[in-house]
Amino acid sequence: MCLAVPAKVVGLAGEAATVDLQGNTLQVSTVLTPEVAVGDWVLVHAGFAITRLDESSALETWDYLRQALGTDQATAGGEQGEESAA
Amino acid sequence: MIPKLDMLRTELHELCRGLGRRVQLMEVCGTHTVAVFRAGLRSLLPANLRLVSGPGCPVCVTAQRHVDAAIELATRPDVTLVTYGDMLRVPGRLGSLERLRAAGADVRVVNSAWSALQIALDNPRRQVVFLAVGFETTAPATAATVFEADQRGVENFSVLVCHKLVVPAMQALLDTGEVPLDGFLAPGHVSVIIGAGAYRPIVERYRRPVVVAGFEPGQILAGLVRLVRQVASGCPILENVYAGVVTETGNRVAQEWLQRVFIVADTPWRELGTIPHSGLELAPRYQHFDALRRLGVHVGPDEEHPLCRCGEVITGKVEPVECPAFAGACTPARPIGPCMVSSEGTCAAWYKYSRASTSLAADTAAGERE
Repeated sequence: MCLAVPAKVVGLAGEAATVDLQGNTLQVSTVLTPEVAVGDWVLVHAGFAITRLDESSALETWDYLRQALGTDQATAGGEQGEESAA
Repeated sequence: MIPKLDMLRTELHELCRGLGRRVQLMEVCGTHTVAVFRAGLRSLLPANLRLVSGPGCPVCVTAQRHVDAAIELATRPDVTLVTYGDMLRVPGRLGSLERLRAAGADVRVVNSAWSALQIALDNPRRQVVFLAVGFETTAPATAATVFEADQRGVENFSVLVCHKLVVPAMQALLDTGEVPLDGFLAPGHVSVIIGAGAYRPIVERYRRPVVVAGFEPGQILAGLVRLVRQVASGCPILENVYAGVVTETGNRVAQEWLQRVFIVADTPWRELGTIPHSGLELAPRYQHFDALRRLGVHVGPDEEHPLCRCGEVITGKVEPVECPAFAGACTPARPIGPCMVSSEGTCAAWYKYSRASTSLAADTAAGERE
């Protein structure tokens, strides 16, 4: 539950950001990260961007999650989806 | 990546060989527990290094009295109970939220606190109660949502606050001294909020090494190498191998949100009892959003299943296989305790990753049916 996932900010409107999360687009709140700009990488948790992060950390986490998701979907009915959508 | 992992593993083995004694480290966070299993790291560890799981799975540490209070609320005909997915199957005195839902209760799962508020806005005649669990990673979202509900004057939304703080639980474990711990692998994403500096008391007062690490196998192994190196040197310090993500001071804006909406309170934990200053409560200004107050819920004692040893599992006292119910009376398809329910629970991780693939496949099929 304390897992946050990296996503790239592709749009901003007020206190909401549109982010690209492994190819899926979703809306997240930026009230915890008012400094974010379009093009930034952020960690998303429970519908909120909780921090900016550098691209290499984001890509490393992203790669790991992609592998983990693949494994999980094969073995556990995609329970990870609950976390990553959070 | 692979050569890097191999180098870290070799270094870890050399360090542990040089120690000449057993070393016991705790991964505090449930996400680390699962990541360790998923990456197969347990089988790579030196024989004298034991990695125990800590009280870092939000579902697992929630006191049974709060699970039962949520379930009691969900039985009320005018209440819509909203929570994160993992809470649904935690057994309580009157069954689980999932069973109540199957019997017709209005229980809904969300991925964000915002969505819980949206349900309240969409259903003005329902009392919408958000069962809010989670550590510092999750609590700021609840804070911002309560603030928004207040701004909008939403009168049918309330929160059963079960948010907890990581560092006081680590301190409580060290205070009891029941489990010898040589150091802590500190959670990556909780630390995004609280900052690496929050663990300084563990290092300075308790003289234990702390290393903040992310969830990739390389991060975890690098964290373990640093911890064992510190154990060997006898000089505990605070290290952060996740510096691309976690800063010394954390997310100040998120911390301000927590301070605005919550106060730090003595909070009950499963097994650990009430730990001073270990959880969050709504500040007086926001107490009208407290579900227990608003809806007059009687919070009873913690009545746990007599067979369940989850409390000892989350405090590192026993491993899941030492529980008589593990994989027999208690399985992911029919859990008795929260550690088997949560996807980040230690028992669920052991069950999923350390059993033969045939029984795993059978259980997965059962899990999908439910």
